[in-house]
Amino acid sequence: MELIKNGKRIDGRKFDELRPIKIDVGVLKRADGSCFMEWGKNKVLAAVYGPRECFPKHTQNSYKAKLTYRYNMAPFSVDDRKRPGPDRRSTEISKVSREALEKVIFLEYFPRTAINVFVEVLQADAGTRCVALTAASIALADAGIPMRDVIVACAAGKVEDEIVLDLCQEEDNFGSADLPIAISPRTGQIHLMQMDGILNEKEFKKAFDMATKGCLEVHEMQKKALRDKYEKIGEVYGNE
Amino acid sequence: METSEIVWEIKKDSIRKMIQSGKRSDGRALDEYRKMEFLENYIPKAQGSCLVKIGDTQVLVGIKMDVGTPYADSSDRGNLSTSCELVPLASPDFNAGPPGEESIETARVVDRGIRESKMIDLEKLCITEGEKVWTVLVDIHVLDHDGNLIDAASIASVKALLNAYLPKMEDGKVLYTERGEKLSVREKPVSSTFASIGGKNLLDPSYEEEMVMDCKFIIVTTEDGNICAMQKSGSGPYNRRDIEEMVETAIRRGKEVRKQF
Repeated sequence: MELIKNGKRIDGRKFDELRPIKIDVGVLKRADGSCFMEWGKNKVLAAVYGPRECFPKHTQNSYKAKLTYRYNMAPFSVDDRKRPGPDRRSTEISKVSREALEKVIFLEYFPRTAINVFVEVLQADAGTRCVALTAASIALADAGIPMRDVIVACAAGKVEDEIVLDLCQEEDNFGSADLPIAISPRTGQIHLMQMDGILNEKEFKKAFDMATKGCLEVHEMQKKALRDKYEKIGEVYGNE
Repeated sequence: METSEIVWEIKKDSIRKMIQSGKRSDGRALDEYRKMEFLENYIPKAQGSCLVKIGDTQVLVGIKMDVGTPYADSSDRGNLSTSCELVPLASPDFNAGPPGEESIETARVVDRGIRESKMIDLEKLCITEGEKVWTVLVDIHVLDHDGNLIDAASIASVKALLNAYLPKMEDGKVLYTERGEKLSVREKPVSSTFASIGGKNLLDPSYEEEMVMDCKFIIVTTEDGNICAMQKSGSGPYNRRDIEEMVETAIRRGKEVRKQF
């Protein structure tokens, strides 16, 4: 398959161009915070519950809140039906994503409680872990949970000898490397990093740069989405 | 708090303080690896095996070959499947039962190193296209946990695959106890793990160091000095400079380790 033609990618994007992104904040009534994100053909829904009572009781921590993160793919989200329930891949993604958030949230403010993040991938199109984490951190902000930063995730990768931003499905399947990262935009610190495929040191640095820039670009959209929601609420109250 | 917990808190504190002054509790330099030992073909009943010791950490890997059906998207290639068992005899922290996060992560990071480096020529494992292929089953059995399980599991798996063979096949029947041709291998991925403790990055963390670390970083490199897999594990953040330094060290170390192969 030809993934790059005349300096353009298979879906017509430039090498450092993101897929179209749409963010809706506070889309679920029952959750304390929520976010729906469309990123390319990805459709991801994130919800946050808590801080709330921690069950089972023996898992609670006297010094800080217990954070859980569940990344789950809907059976119809991929080409073949995915068997419902957690598998090894989703367990690993849930683990590294939870760890990415643990040092960002002020968990120590809520001892003995639980903060539960649930992410459902309704339609998958490569890069779901990044979409999930980006949406989850918006949902956490929407839930009013104090955080050091709103973290953001984005991937870069290698497709036919070119380093490109934000791989789509075809590029992910037939490309030669994928580097998802999550950063704290305020400090530039890295909270999640994984890599598969082959990159030399120079390519790695280039991909790292590109993914970081992608993160910062998405972060502006995160901020705007959050601001838009509260501006709307402000207008309603302002009119009274 | 119980006495043992208090003692542990004091110990944790002293380990972290020592590392701040550039010393490790076992006297190693920050980038010094523990002694590695290999016992190859440790389990003759497996089609490939290796027991690896890194200091007091012991990991045994056994390879089994089985005939199965290919996946729909790779009908002309064999399969690779990696699992990891943290057996309860290896540590007081391990419990019997279904695999937890740690064992799944270990297996998946080791698998990624082998798969992405294209170590195994999976196309040579096709018997009849679309119908029959060999499945390489890599089973990681942790025997004693004194830190750095992923490196130990990775090098044991690579070593075991290097001495692995396929069972003999006669008239479409598999003779599992008889030795057939050698497994076709074309790469030697090497994994390097660093623990981050108070901003310092320690190569090959011991169990004690893993108990006090903020997070760790795993980098797998290939013979050409490329990176083929990476994983940040644990909840502390990294600065970009740290990651670039670790990548450099991992590439350099990979070259040295491969000389022992």
